[in-house]
Amino acid sequence: MNLKKFLIIIFLFNINYDVAYSIQPDVFVQSTVNRASQILSENLTKNEKINRLKIIAKETVDIKAVGYYSLGSARKNLNETQKQKYSELFEAYFLKSFSSRLAEYTNPEIQVNGKEILSKNYTIVNSVLIATSERPEVKIDWRIYTKNPESPLIRDLIIEGLSLARTQKEEFASILNSNDKDINILFNILEKFSNN
Amino acid sequence: MFKKLLITITILFLSLLNANAGSDGELILKKNQPSEVKDCFESINRATFAFNQALDGVLFKPAASMYRILPNPVKTGVSNSLDNLSNLVTIPNNILQGDIKMAGVNSGRFIVNTTIGILGLIDVAKLLGMPEYEKEDYGQSIAKMGVGPGCYLVLPVLGPSTVRDTTASFANFIGGDAWYNVTVNNDTQHFSDFDYYASRVTSGIDFRAKNYDAIDNLEKNSIDFYASVKSLYLQDRQQKILNTNKIIETQDDSDWEEIETQ
Repeated sequence: MNLKKFLIIIFLFNINYDVAYSIQPDVFVQSTVNRASQILSENLTKNEKINRLKIIAKETVDIKAVGYYSLGSARKNLNETQKQKYSELFEAYFLKSFSSRLAEYTNPEIQVNGKEILSKNYTIVNSVLIATSERPEVKIDWRIYTKNPESPLIRDLIIEGLSLARTQKEEFASILNSNDKDINILFNILEKFSNN
Repeated sequence: MFKKLLITITILFLSLLNANAGSDGELILKKNQPSEVKDCFESINRATFAFNQALDGVLFKPAASMYRILPNPVKTGVSNSLDNLSNLVTIPNNILQGDIKMAGVNSGRFIVNTTIGILGLIDVAKLLGMPEYEKEDYGQSIAKMGVGPGCYLVLPVLGPSTVRDTTASFANFIGGDAWYNVTVNNDTQHFSDFDYYASRVTSGIDFRAKNYDAIDNLEKNSIDFYASVKSLYLQDRQQKILNTNKIIETQDDSDWEEIETQ
C-alpha cells in the first residue's frame, strides 16, 4: 500500500468516525425526553421515579456549568475549596429540585420540532410539550452545549421564552444581595433544601 | 372623556419624543434586561408579595381549582372571550407602536370573533388562519418608545409590575380601554360596572388555572419564590416589549461563554 492510499483510508476512516459518534443536538434532546417520559409513565413510586430521573439528569445536564452560571459574578470571588463545596451543594440541590419538578408530570409528550445553531458551542433545540385537558401546549427550547459533539449536554431550558438558568441566577443573586454577599448563607440554604 | 384621552396621549407622546430619539432595539433590550431593573422598594414589595400569596391561598387558588374542573369547551370559550375583550386595549397600542397592519388584523379579529364567534367564545379568526394573537398594552407601547421600566413593583392583588407599567396602566381608566369606557366610565345601559370587574376577576382565575401546576411547582422548588417570580415576570415583559420569542435576542450569551466544562 503506498502512502497516498494509506492517507485516503485514514481520511475516510476519520469521516466515518465523526459520523458515527457525533450526536445531533435534536436527536439528543428527543432521546433524553423519551427516556424521561418512559420513566414517568411507568408504574413506579414517586421516589423511584425521582431516583431514575436523577440518573438521566446527571448524564445529560451540564450541572457544573449551570451552577457556575447561576452564581453569576460571585463565582469569581470563590477560592478552590469554596468552588468544590459549591459544586457539590449545587449538584445535590439541582438534582432534587429538577427531578421533583419533573416527577409531578405523568406521561408528558414532548415533540422536537427543529434546531438553531447559535455557535460552535451552542445549539438551541425547539420543542413543544403537547397540550392536555389540564394545560395548554408549552413551548420548550433547550440550550445544548456542543463543544464536544460526541457528548452534548443540556445547559438551559427555556419555557415559553423564560430561561430557567437565568431565573436561578437571579434567585441566587437575590439571596446574596440580601445577605451582604455572604456565600456561606447561600451554602446553608442549598444544604437545607437538599436535606429537607 | 375623549378630550381627556387626547390630552393624555399628546402629553405622553411629547414627553416621549426625547426618549424615542435615542432608542433602538438594542437600547430597549438593554433597558429591559431583568438584571437592570432595580428593586427599590424590596421590603414593601416582599410584604405585598406575602399578602398576595395569602390572598391566592384563600381566593384565587381555590377558585382556579374549581375552574379547572369545568369542561374544556367551557374553559376555552371563557379564555377566548377574555382574549377577545383584550383586543380593545391591544388595537390602540398596535397603533401607538406604529404597527398599523397588526391594528387592522386585530380589528378584523375582534369583529369576526364578536359576531360569528358569538361574543368571542369561539376563536373564528384562528380557524380562518389569522396570525397568532399577541396582547399589547400601554406599558409595552411606552417601553417601545424608549421609556425604561423604572423600579420593580408588586401591586396588591394585581401582582408584579414596574413603575412604568403601573403608570401606563392608568391610560386604561382615562379612555384607553373601550371595555372600561362602556362598563364603568359611561352609563350605556347595556353594561354595568359588574361586567368589567367580573371580567377582570375571571381573567385572574383563568390565568391561575392555566398555570396552576407550574406556580405550585415553582413555589415548592424555589429557595426564594419572590426572586423567582420577579425574574420570570421581567423576562416575560422583556419578550413582550420586543415582540419576540427568540431566545437569542433576549439572552446575553457572554456569561455562558466563560464557562468551560468540556
